[in-house]
Amino acid sequence: MQDKPRNSADLWSGLAFAALGAYITAEAWQWEYLGPEGPGPGFLPLWYGIAMLALSLGLVAANVMREREPRAPGVAWGEVGRALGVWLALVACIALFRLLGFVISFGLLCFFIVAVMYRRRFALAALVALAGSAGFYVLFPFALGVALPAGVFGF
Amino acid sequence: MEIITGLIQGFAVALEPANLFWCFAGVLLGTAVGVMPGLGPPATIAMLLPLTFSMNPASAMIMLAGIYYGAKYGGSTTSILLNVPGESASVVTCLDGYQMARKGRAGAALGIAAIASFIAGTVGVLGLMLVAPPLAKFALAFSSPEYFALMTFGLAMVVLLAGRSLAKALLAMLLGLWIAGMGMDPFSSISRFTFGRMELLSGIDFVVVAIGVFALGEVFCNMEKREAADMVPVPKGLRNLLPTMQDMKDCRFAFANGSIVGFLLGVLPGGGSTIASFISYGLEKAVSSRRELFGTGVIEGVAAPEGANNAETGGALVPLLTLGIPGSGTTAILLVALVMWGFKPGPLFIADNPALFWGLVASMYIGNVMLLILNLPLVPLFAQLLRLPLYVLHPLILGVSLVGVYSVSGSSFELALLAVFGLLGYLMRKLDYPSAPLILGLVLGGGLERALRQSLMMSEGSLDILVQRPISAFMLSLAVLVLATPLIGRLNAWRVRAVEQDEG
Repeated sequence: MQDKPRNSADLWSGLAFAALGAYITAEAWQWEYLGPEGPGPGFLPLWYGIAMLALSLGLVAANVMREREPRAPGVAWGEVGRALGVWLALVACIALFRLLGFVISFGLLCFFIVAVMYRRRFALAALVALAGSAGFYVLFPFALGVALPAGVFGF
Repeated sequence: MEIITGLIQGFAVALEPANLFWCFAGVLLGTAVGVMPGLGPPATIAMLLPLTFSMNPASAMIMLAGIYYGAKYGGSTTSILLNVPGESASVVTCLDGYQMARKGRAGAALGIAAIASFIAGTVGVLGLMLVAPPLAKFALAFSSPEYFALMTFGLAMVVLLAGRSLAKALLAMLLGLWIAGMGMDPFSSISRFTFGRMELLSGIDFVVVAIGVFALGEVFCNMEKREAADMVPVPKGLRNLLPTMQDMKDCRFAFANGSIVGFLLGVLPGGGSTIASFISYGLEKAVSSRRELFGTGVIEGVAAPEGANNAETGGALVPLLTLGIPGSGTTAILLVALVMWGFKPGPLFIADNPALFWGLVASMYIGNVMLLILNLPLVPLFAQLLRLPLYVLHPLILGVSLVGVYSVSGSSFELALLAVFGLLGYLMRKLDYPSAPLILGLVLGGGLERALRQSLMMSEGSLDILVQRPISAFMLSLAVLVLATPLIGRLNAWRVRAVEQDEG
């Protein structure tokens, strides 16, 4: 990815860091830098904000100046899509905790991963989901006394 | 005399039945984690950390340390049998270990890896025991400027050896500093970077970031390829695990080399077990009379790196326990664990908590013996762990991560943050940003800012205080030199080679 000068990962991540650096610098600017008792809350953030901005702009500039290589390997979007699919499933699972509780939501997450992401048989996916949920329920609330998020069904 | 008294006290703690059990559980789990590629000690320790809060701190520390050094024993198994390193520290073991396996000497390779790990691991603990107390006494003279300089040097070392691009490693470290700065400023009570959220006033819990970046990031990366779900074939017939007398004779220098190189690099922040194993292998090859055979299945080529990566553990605990400065992602998590249990790693740690320090040292001697006993006869059993389907392992890691974070906070907001940091961990891996500087920046950020502000208060705002005191001036000069290394062509070439080896 480093070989691609424009639209590359380095370019976009550099821009994201530059935006974050600018935000940190702007926020830190509003806080006291140096007071009568010494450095204020804006002292260190101002410096690491400026450093982040400078480094990220350097990263972006280095990329822009590099020559374009048309045959450089691109992003494998299929692989990224799979990873992001699991991430979205995790986000959905967390969002469902309040409604369905940990046991059911986690079971659904397991089912999705086994059946959809790994394309295993539905029966196997259901078995993993059931065993996973039951295992966590038995191990944490019962054996270890660790509370799990509860939903409208009370578990 | 002080050491002997401490060690007797330590064995009294470590030999308590509960501590023996947790030591065994730690080394067993560590070996299992080490065997399985794609699940490392930092992710495992981060996931289990919340579950240890209700435990006795000594037992919990003994268990977490057991995972840390146990993983290094386990890492060699897949390197030798499958040419797939279970841990990055076992990458170099593939070179000769796998060739030995191909020649039908897998048993001897596994046996010598366990024996070298035992010898060097024990030497590493011996080094920890001998070096830590005097270093702690020396560090009693440290004040805020020295601590600031020491943390800066530690961060510079980790940044130097964390990634191919120094700019990216620095950006990751700055991101960690920013996250550490979120919440109420302890000096002025001004809220910083809270986005108007009450939940962020007390800052972001380290556990959420560590589990998200290490455990979830690793899972998302591993799940990119569906074919990885297939089981890996494990060779059968792993008998005759004891090396011959000739093998032991051939490895005499390798045992010493691995022990010394591993311990010394462990003490150095950022050195890490992977670099220690490569340097030890290189040294072994350089002095060997049959150096041309290295890479074709030479037994010293297994003993030296396996010894080095185990001796490194004892070395890495020296700066962690005596100065409160971690040198890697895993030791950063151990530092946070100690702080969460109410301890303050630093010069007074050993004097204030002799039972914990000496108990940990003694448990590492015991743990190394347990690992030797476990690894010699049970290697075929551990190898079977590779048959665990990833479609079972990955949901399991996600579940333990969710429960771990929820058990600390009981808050849905923190679970949402976990998802955010999981995505960050994945993106950092994809975009080639190293995660160790982020974690170090996060762990040291609060202390670094406090030390800097206290130093400047002492000097009424003058930065001269940082360069007028000899220790802090020396450390800061070293930090500048370290960060200037990439500007020197040959040194940068060495740095990039070391980093590439670390990444496997």
